[in-house]
Amino acid sequence: MSITADSDTLVTVENVVKYFPVRTSGLIRRTVGHVHAVDDVTFSIPRGKTLGLVGETGSGKSTLARCIAGLIPITSGKVSFEGTPISGLSRRAMRPFRREIQMIFQDPYGALNPRRRVGAIIGDPFTIHGTATGAERKRQVQELMERVGLNPEHYNRFPSEFSGGQRQRIGVARALALRPKLIICDEPVSALDVSIQAQVLNLLSDLQQDFGLSYLFIAHDLEVVRHVSDTVAVMYLGRIVECGPKDLVYGSARHPYTTALLSAAPAADPDTAASRQRIILTGEVPSPIDPPSGCRFHPRCPKAQPLCSKTEPLLEVKAGDAATHATACHFPVEAGENLAVAGRSQLP
Amino acid sequence: MSLLEVTDLAVSFSTADGVVRAVRGVSFAVDAGQTLGIVGESGSGKTVLTQTLLGLTPGAHVSGQASFEGTDLLQLSEDQMRQVRGARIAVIFQDPLTSLHPLYRVGWQIAEIIRAHEKSVSKKEAADRSVDLLRKVGIPRPEQRVTDYPHQFSGGMRQRVMIAMALALSPQLIIADEPTTALDATVQAQILDLLLHLQMESNTALIMITHDLGVVADIADDVMVMYAGRAAEKAPKRDIFYSPHHPYTKGLLESIPSSSAAVERLRPIPGSPPSLINLPSGCKFHPRCGYVLDRCLIEEPGLRPVTQDGYHSSACWLPVQAAGLGDQAEELREKTVQEGRGEAAAEVFEAEVAGVIEPDGTVTGVVEPDGSVTG
Repeated sequence: MSITADSDTLVTVENVVKYFPVRTSGLIRRTVGHVHAVDDVTFSIPRGKTLGLVGETGSGKSTLARCIAGLIPITSGKVSFEGTPISGLSRRAMRPFRREIQMIFQDPYGALNPRRRVGAIIGDPFTIHGTATGAERKRQVQELMERVGLNPEHYNRFPSEFSGGQRQRIGVARALALRPKLIICDEPVSALDVSIQAQVLNLLSDLQQDFGLSYLFIAHDLEVVRHVSDTVAVMYLGRIVECGPKDLVYGSARHPYTTALLSAAPAADPDTAASRQRIILTGEVPSPIDPPSGCRFHPRCPKAQPLCSKTEPLLEVKAGDAATHATACHFPVEAGENLAVAGRSQLP
Repeated sequence: MSLLEVTDLAVSFSTADGVVRAVRGVSFAVDAGQTLGIVGESGSGKTVLTQTLLGLTPGAHVSGQASFEGTDLLQLSEDQMRQVRGARIAVIFQDPLTSLHPLYRVGWQIAEIIRAHEKSVSKKEAADRSVDLLRKVGIPRPEQRVTDYPHQFSGGMRQRVMIAMALALSPQLIIADEPTTALDATVQAQILDLLLHLQMESNTALIMITHDLGVVADIADDVMVMYAGRAAEKAPKRDIFYSPHHPYTKGLLESIPSSSAAVERLRPIPGSPPSLINLPSGCKFHPRCGYVLDRCLIEEPGLRPVTQDGYHSSACWLPVQAAGLGDQAEELREKTVQEGRGEAAAEVFEAEVAGVIEPDGTVTGVVEPDGSVTG
């Protein structure tokens, strides 16, 4: 996909690769291989919009998020923020950019220090970046608490005194403190109850409108991603296999993996559930230490041809698709094509 | 008679903070070959309910009856319970990694269950049966995998091992407690298909505990929605999804993002579930309900039939005709609220809208006539 660094683009990610070395145990820790967590990923996050990133466990979506936030160094490639390359910067040089990119994590219990008061947790960013102190800091923290729907009088309470949904609001307030331009949300609602999920999703969408925030929204729940995203990227084994506006990716998916993922998502509607034909994928996700040759999805793909195991397909716009909709597949799914082979009656 | 008939089950725990009333009078029945879905948020009592049936809640105060094949499970001694648990009623838990022993080979673990219950079975026979079971749940190369340790299996395969263990003694009833919550969507689909397939094959009854309405829509026959330790609504699956009566069920359905309403703003249920130590008065859902009547503040409604045939019942004071997601039902609800909401309920409702009501039902602020809030 082409990268255009215009004023509408906040973050560009170009050919980003992240390998983790696999070492032997013992004194001499020889490197015996690499986990290919993120492999040659390119995309951009538009200003004020939401990019949804979906994929199963081990697809590399959280690693990618940490690479963009600068929490872990990348192996190769380039991450740029408003046109300035930020990957490979020293800690000191990175500092002003850290204010612009914040994260919200999945587990509202693990992400907050249980022995510190909520006011201090939310106020940390002000202290670290030296933007507000004393009474001014308290005022700003309470303003934030109110903004995310917490009672500002609970300033001195501990995280344990809050419910899961409220804790996630604390995480949101902390991320918001320095008025960032990008918030990376890594599974922000998957640990919450259904009725609470909707509260947090609405809050995130209000904040986006009020502050013009961009989101990189990572989740495994496809309906949640569809609800919040403008653009959606699908990851499989460290690579983006399909990327485009959400209506195109959900409505006319071209990659067989995307179609399989969509067909497997549970629908909270008995009639849809009964009439749907599932594409049952055979086998399991291969090891990212030794990914399959050619297209990484070919061992499980219902459409695989000999070519797929030899040549890796590029992420490109397929014939007849919109210029914003790219797919990495030699034999993309055609409209009306039915990949569902196994019905309910057969043992998966 | 049903395979399992639970009547007025109540479970509470004494803690330093007070009495936790986890389950407060729940009745339901499951027939052979049937799937009952129990839906609820964390703290609704769904897990305590089923663990109590299996005698897994030591120290709890339990009352009520749970008749399984004619015997009351709640009256069994620990020895008698051991004959039932695992053999006639099997359980599948959410996290297969913590449910399997990390230091024993999976084949040994399955064989041990068989030999613990069927003393006459030789080691060799038990080992052969575990290979067959692994094959039955769709694990490739079972002859080799049987000697692997749990950590050598992926999450989905581990859950298949758990299912193989649950099937080992051909139980009459399987209780699955969030069996697919930790799994990816494509693997979840495989596991649900497997459970359904095995159930059809052996006519086993299945209780599926989940917070995921998608799972229920997929595999349940009947659904029980739990809130604060009680059944809020109980009905055949289609009634729950297409004509819910209880405002909580309706709220749950409306708060999940779905493709049909992709652009709309989500409509969450305000507030959060109540503390089970300090429950609100009257209907336990009233602090979060959009249709509060005066009556709801004082009197807790019991389950009563909504449909003629009696299969669909709901614990709500709204008239029985007020079931459904359509405009007609909504009009009736609004009308009832106008007639049945005096000052007391109106105050609660406004406080809730203004966000000055705590999850336990206590009001922390006062709504002024002009709509402003003072605390």
